[in-house]
This record gives sequence, C-alpha cells and structure tokens, in this order.
Amino acid sequence: MTDSILEARDLVKYYPVTRGVVFKKTVGHVQAVDGVSFDLRKGETLGIVGESGCGKSTLAKVLMHLEKPTSGGVTFNGQDIYKLGATGLRRLRRNIQLVMQDPYTSLNPRMTVGDLVGEPFEIHTEVAPKASRRQKVQELLEVVGLNPEHINRYPHQFSGGQRQRIGIARALALRPEIIVCDEPVSALDVSIQAQVMNLLEKLQDEFGLSYIFIAHDLSVVRHLADRVAVMYLGKIVEIGTEDEIYERPTHPYTQALLSAVPVPDPNSRRNKAIIRLTGDVPSPTNPPSGCRFRTRCWKAQDVCARDVPLLEVRSGSDHPSACHFAEKREIVVSHEAGELTELPTRTL
Amino acid sequence: MSNVYVADQPEAAREGRPSGRLLEVEDLRVEFRTRDGVAKVINGVTYHVDAGETLAVLGESGSGKSVTAQTIMGILDTPPGFVTGGEVRFHGKDMLKMSGEERRRIRGEGIAMVFQDALSALNPVFTVGFQIAEQFRIRRGMSRRDAKKRAVEMLDQVKIPNAQQRLNEYPHQFSGGMRQRVMIAMSLALDPEVLIADEPTTALDVTVQAQIMDLLADLQRERHMGLILITHDLGVVADVADRIAVMYAGRIVEEGDVHELYAKPAHPYTLGLLESIPRIDEKGQQLRTIRGLPPSLLNIPSGCPFHPRCPMAQPICPEKVPPLLQLGPTRASACHFAEELVQRD
Amino acid sequence: MSDPTSGSLVTTPPPEQPGIVADTAPVDAGLPKAKRDKPRGLLGDAWYDLRRKPLFWISAGFITLFVLIAAFPFLFTSGSPTSGSLSRSLEGPGSSGWFGYDIQGQDIYSRVIYGARASILVAVSATLGTVLLGGLVGVIAGFRGGWVDALLSRIADVFFGIPFVLGAIVILFSLNPRGAGSNEWKIMGLVILALVMLTWPVAMRIMRSSVLAAKQADYVVAARAMGASNTRIIFKHLIPNCLAPVLVYSTILVGAYIGAEATLSFLGVGLQSPVVSWGVMISDSQQYIRVAPYWLLFPSAFLVTAVLSFVMLGEAVREALDPKLR
Repeated sequence: MTDSILEARDLVKYYPVTRGVVFKKTVGHVQAVDGVSFDLRKGETLGIVGESGCGKSTLAKVLMHLEKPTSGGVTFNGQDIYKLGATGLRRLRRNIQLVMQDPYTSLNPRMTVGDLVGEPFEIHTEVAPKASRRQKVQELLEVVGLNPEHINRYPHQFSGGQRQRIGIARALALRPEIIVCDEPVSALDVSIQAQVMNLLEKLQDEFGLSYIFIAHDLSVVRHLADRVAVMYLGKIVEIGTEDEIYERPTHPYTQALLSAVPVPDPNSRRNKAIIRLTGDVPSPTNPPSGCRFRTRCWKAQDVCARDVPLLEVRSGSDHPSACHFAEKREIVVSHEAGELTELPTRTL
Repeated sequence: MSNVYVADQPEAAREGRPSGRLLEVEDLRVEFRTRDGVAKVINGVTYHVDAGETLAVLGESGSGKSVTAQTIMGILDTPPGFVTGGEVRFHGKDMLKMSGEERRRIRGEGIAMVFQDALSALNPVFTVGFQIAEQFRIRRGMSRRDAKKRAVEMLDQVKIPNAQQRLNEYPHQFSGGMRQRVMIAMSLALDPEVLIADEPTTALDVTVQAQIMDLLADLQRERHMGLILITHDLGVVADVADRIAVMYAGRIVEEGDVHELYAKPAHPYTLGLLESIPRIDEKGQQLRTIRGLPPSLLNIPSGCPFHPRCPMAQPICPEKVPPLLQLGPTRASACHFAEELVQRD
Repeated sequence: MSDPTSGSLVTTPPPEQPGIVADTAPVDAGLPKAKRDKPRGLLGDAWYDLRRKPLFWISAGFITLFVLIAAFPFLFTSGSPTSGSLSRSLEGPGSSGWFGYDIQGQDIYSRVIYGARASILVAVSATLGTVLLGGLVGVIAGFRGGWVDALLSRIADVFFGIPFVLGAIVILFSLNPRGAGSNEWKIMGLVILALVMLTWPVAMRIMRSSVLAAKQADYVVAARAMGASNTRIIFKHLIPNCLAPVLVYSTILVGAYIGAEATLSFLGVGLQSPVVSWGVMISDSQQYIRVAPYWLLFPSAFLVTAVLSFVMLGEAVREALDPKLR
C-alpha cells in the first residue's frame, strides 16, 4: 500500500475582475478553481482531464507554487507548501518540476540546450559540483533519447518532439519526486506523441517518478494514468482508477465526455452510446448555483440547483462522484489491446 | 427540460449514391520557392470526391494536405507557392486553366472552405450577420433586408440559438464552437456542391468537436454535398469518412474505403499511425513509435520518402519511388511491399 | 544505413519491442544540411542573413570609413583644421584644397575630416547613454509592474512631452551660456547630456514593452518553476530576448543624433568655434552660400551620408533580426 506524497485539500483560486485604471474596483471573481481535493500516491500517475475553462491549468500553477491559492492547502510529504520559508521553498522546487505544453515557447530561444538542461544545476548549486555538470547534462540528453553531442545547439534547430524531450530532460535534472505535466503531448504531431508518451512511461519506471498529468485528450490520459480526476468549471466531478472512470463512469459529464471522444475504429459507430451536450460552458465568473453542470445535464432536477453535490462515494458508484443522481453507465466498450502487428524486419 | 439527446440507436448506414464526379485533383504538383531552396510540397497528388460522400485527407504537419486544399480553392500564396503540374477539375473543367474571374465564381458557389481557426478567418470588425449577408448581397444581388433574412436562416441551420439576436454580434462574442458554426454558415450560404473542411475541429474541445462533426454530417446529408475533410485525427476520420487518402511528404501513400483501411492498412506509415495512437477503448496498450521525424520538404529522401523511418525498409526503397498500386477496386498503396503487408495478420 | 544525413550512432530497436524504445533514428534526419554543421544562436542566424544583404555591406562600409576618419583623422589629411591663412579666404576647390577654403582661409577638407570626430563621438556616446538609461528604467518598469511601472511611465511621459529642439536649447543655454568659453569636452558632454535627457523615454518604452511581452513567455514561467531568482530571470531570460528591438533602435538613433548635434551646433547652442564639427561648419557657411557653396555642400554631404548609413544599417539589422523575433 503506497502512501500519498502530495495531498491537496479544498484548493480554491479566484482571480479578481477589476474595473478602472487608477483606482481599481473589484467587480467579480473568476472562480478558476473552486474546492479541489485529491491525493497523489508515490509512483503513480494521476490524470486530470477537462475541457477548456475547467481550471486545470490554474490548478497546475497553484500546485507548482507559481500562484498562491485563495484558500486551501497542499502538503508535500506532510509539509504545507504554502507555509515554507525561502530555503524550504527552494528544496520544494527541487522535488516538484514542470513540463509545459508548448515546445516552441517553453525553451528560452537564446540559450543552448546545454544551458537549458543545465539551468537547474545552476540554480540549485548544491546538487552537483560545477565540474560534473556538463557530464550530467549529457547523460540527461541521452536518457531522453537525444544525441549528447548536440549540447551546444539552440532550440530552433530541433523539431517540436525533440524540444519537448529537452523540456523533459530539464525537468528530470534534479531527480524530482513529482513531475507536473501540463498537456505535454497536445502540441505534437500524432506520430511523435507516441515517442514522448513512451519516454514518459520509461522514465517513470526508471526513476520512480510520480506524475500529475493534465490533459484534455482522454485517450492519452487513459494510456498513462493510474487514476483519473475529471474537472468541470473548477471542480472535480469524478475521481477514480482508470478502470472505474473509463468503464464505469457515473457522472453525466464524464459520460458525455467519454461519448464524445472519437474512436479510431469505423465499426465503433454502432457500439458507442451517443450523448451530445448542447449549449456552452457557463462563465467561471458566474457559475450556476448548486451543481455547476446542471445547465447542460439531462438529469437535472430542483435539488441540483439547490445543493452542491459533494465528491463522495454514492450508491450506484464504487468511486467518488459529485452528482445527486450518479449512475453507472458503460459508454466506451473497452477491450484488451492486441499485440502490435509483426512486421518483416528492416534490412536497409 | 432536457437540452441534450441521448441516442443509443446505431446511425443510419451510409449509402453510396451514384452520381457524377464533382471534384477531381490529378497529379498535382506544387513547389514553394524559399530563400533556403525549393520545397516540393506536393508531388503528384490525385484524388476525387463525389456528391454525398466524405473523403478524409489524413496527414500530419508537412504532409501537404492543407496546401492541396488551398490550391483547389485558388488561395495559395503565389509567391512563394507555384503550381508546377497537374489539374484540378470541377465538373470536368480544369480550374487551373480558368481565368481569375471564373475561379472566383466557383469559390463559394461551387466549392467552399471552412478553416481551423474561426477567429482569424472571420473579420473582427464586422458583425456576424453582416458577413453572412454580404455573400447574399454581393453574389446574389439580394436587397439588404432579404439578405439579412437569409443570414438568420443560415444561423438557424447551423443550430445557433437566438439567431435573430446573435446576428448583430461580433465574432469575439461567440465561443469557439459557435464561431465555427458561424464559419460553416458563411461557407454554406451560397449552397456549394463541395465543402472542404481544413482541420475544422482541431482547436475545439472534444464535446464541441463532436457537436460540430455531427452538424457537418447532417448538413452534408441534407444538401448531398461532397465533403473533403482534412485532418490528422484518426478518430474523427473513423467516425465520418467514407474514403480516406493518407498523405506523406506531399504524396498519397494509401487510399481506400474506411473500413478496409482501418482493418488492414496497406502501408507501413498508415499502420504506424494506427498503432501509435492511444485508444480510449483499449487497456494495456503498447504504442508503436514511428522512429525519426517527418522529412524536411527541402530535402525529401530519395525513392520512397518514408524509407528512413520505415520499420520494414529494404534496399529497393531508397532507390525506387513506389507507384500508387491498385490493390482492389477501392484500394491503393504506394509501397513496394503493400500486398505482403495486407496479407499479414 | 544509406542515409547520408546520419551523423550519430544509430541503434536499431530489438524487434520484439518496437514501442518501448525512445527515439533512436538520427535526430538530424529532418533538418536542412547547412544548419547541422555549426551551432548558431539567433544572433548567429541574424549574422548569417546580414552577411547576404548588400545594404548591410554598403552601410557598414561607410560607417567604418567614418569611424576611421573620426579616430585617425591624420590618416586622411595632413592639413590642419584650424590654421588658415586669410590669403586663401573663400578660395574654391582646387589641387591644394580639395573642398576649398572658408572665410578664414581654413582648409574645408581638413575641417570636414576633423569635424567627423565631434559628430560621431557625440552621437555614439549619446546613443549609449540613452539606451543604457532608457533600457534600465524600461526593464525595471516592465518587470516590476504595478505602481513602480505607473510612476516610471509617468515620469517618462513628462520628459517625452518636452519638445526636442526647445528643450535642448533651454538645457544648453542655461548650462553653457554664450561666451562662457568652456572647453571642447565640456560642451560635448553637455550636448550628450541634453540628447540623453530628452530621448531616453523612447528607449524606455521600447524596452518596457519587450519586457512586458517576454515576461509572459512560457520559458520564464518554467524558470520560475525551477526556482530562479528575479535577478537570474532578468539577466538570463528577459534581457537577451528583449535586446533585438533596442538594438535596431540604437543603430537608427546614432544617425538621428548626428543630425541632432548638427542642428544644435547650427543653432549656436551646441559646439561652437573654434571647435570644429559638421554642424558648426554648416552654421558658419550660411551667409556665404552664394559665394562659396562648397563650404556648405561638403559638410552637408558627409552629414547626410553618415546619417543615411546608420539608418540603412538599422534597416538591415531589423530585417535580419525580425523573423527571429517572432
């Protein structure tokens, strides 16, 4: 039984909406994250999925201590990360690292690959003595599948997938315990996504990493995650293991989401349940009362407007779900993956 | 009150409708002349679309799928792009040989296009209603009032609620999915026979994507249009396409009926793609990686452009460009070992 | 493998596990050959482009010439700018004096050569001062934001609102009243001061907007996430990426300052005789235009050429840097 290394409790992040230039008046709040709680266990990948506006990027910033939450807390190995002093924060940063979405903007174009991957060592000088840094950088480049001889090249000389590897090497430099991956493969070509996903898996096994994997692509998350949390308008609406979420979803939003994901199989047109949501996502400055999903939900009743459904295990569901009428339903017909086609070997 | 429909019934099977060939691209060749050299962006592409059918053109970035569409529409940036060969026939007549005036007439009424980013494709300083009505006023000579009425009808057809009100709003006041609907409304205003959709849902959330793809399918059925769907998403293709053309390095490497192609791909690139995408309905999946990178179009590998990355490349591959071999009435593949591949289990 | 672009060891994956291995194809496979051989930063790429522009070579050629003239005037003329004999007053261009002589019999050619020094020196120093001061304030304003930004921007606005020529005259007139007979270096220093004081807001605005944009960049977020200090972010991440527009501006600024110095000297508040500069010569030659047009012509030609060279250089540099800025 592995214990949790990161615990988020009731995280809330509101951004004030102001009016006026000199004397600013707060006229409202963007409720980006509104009460998110979860655990991350050692060695696991927790996937956080949601569409645009659900607050997952804000959540990433709060977890990385790039923004302070409006309320709520996060503990890492038992320590409250928002109560750390300067030295404590430094040590925290060594243990929680970030891989960002866009490989074209997440690397400083004026720095060489060696400088980029070596920067963590320059900031945290206690980790590696100066003499050994170059070698460490080269080892890191090899580990992520890049040629160590390219250490003096600049990011624009690499492709998108390679740049993402550079970003991963950089995140790996200090041997963190947790890596927060914010949509790491969405900006990559399809054929390159698999390379990077396999790399992330390999690194997790090799270095005992725990991932918080934030994405909007449910297929990608299913492939990598052990447990999944589904977010909608700043709240987690359902959380469970990969099986529970993909095979026995209980929250209507999760069901709609799963139904919308196209399956690369023309025959599945007949097998899948088709649920289509209408309307737009409500504005996070003015979310619906009670259950935030009720304006688009086909099960909505009066109670949904009155009582905020809590994320808890309910009858009809073996994992926590935030719906008054949570009901298990098979959306995606899962099956075991077959073996890859064997091909005649390359003789070129 | 439910504003969502839940349908568990299977969709009606698509029937093949026998009708004339609407659009045909034959052996198209396009170059981009840049400072760093000549990039051979399209190297002999041939495909067609008939009324009522959906052709999916599948490829990653750099495959030339969007440039082909731009050439068809006549919106290719010239310079640096130059058409160096081939024909684009609409109802049998080669558009590349037509005058600018004739091509303009076909644009909108014969062939229309929907782009990926609605925000940059729509003019931000004019209302949505104005932009749609403009088509009717200018191309059909309608009065302002009539044009406005038609614009409301179009917004209704793409299922935008409160069409009358939203007519007077600006593009930025719509959400991403709504904007895409507006763009579809604009493109269908003049009732084109062929619609080219270039990555219409790539920038959208998955639930919105599903809505838009449903809408396109409905509109296509109602109007009996030919739809060319350009995308890299193998899931979307499986849902809506009748036929697929897979592009790589400016060439078509495989063509076929959607069921055949997914069941038994006849080209190692197609196979690689299919086995490298994570699937939502599979557990314990192993992903096949396609080694290497897509080629630079300034320096396309000799022979088969895919050979540096191909897991089954043989000495003949860099020597000889594989022709597009017919493997069946609807199947073709540009691989020296296509038949062998198809026979594998 | 026959792939000619392979430059590294390629290990083929074991056939039983086609999916598990990370990228093992030659990573260069997709890159055009030229770029593979030399690692080049963005400035290096800019230099590569710059080398190919004729505009660059022409302007660079002239600028080098002017700098040499300014630094080693004795290489270009053996004459003296100040010693003249009245007997040669207003003599036209000839074999002894290529550009003719002014009213005091001084050789115009020598004066033009020696005059380059004042012009170039003032222009370059003032540019450095403007860019450093404006750049510094811009970085602080852009990075700190909030009330610091508001305050600094308002101060800059005040200076920005002062009309240039008027302001320069007022500054120079009060600090260096006519007839005070200050030495050459003091006057040059004052002119430089006036130029910097009146123009730094422009450099500040350019730097500030660059910093504001760069601050939002993902790589800055990544640096923060790693625990980088503010100093590190400013010097290692922001400034190198914000230099380009300032660089372009400064090359054009040198040209503008050459003209500005000439204007101020012409108006009598900048350098004055016996100090020689192009502006002084133009000023002195006003009354004799009809009689000795060459007195006005030659310094003006040099002035215009110098200004134009810097402006052209600025254009060339901007073009070379531009696509990389995106």
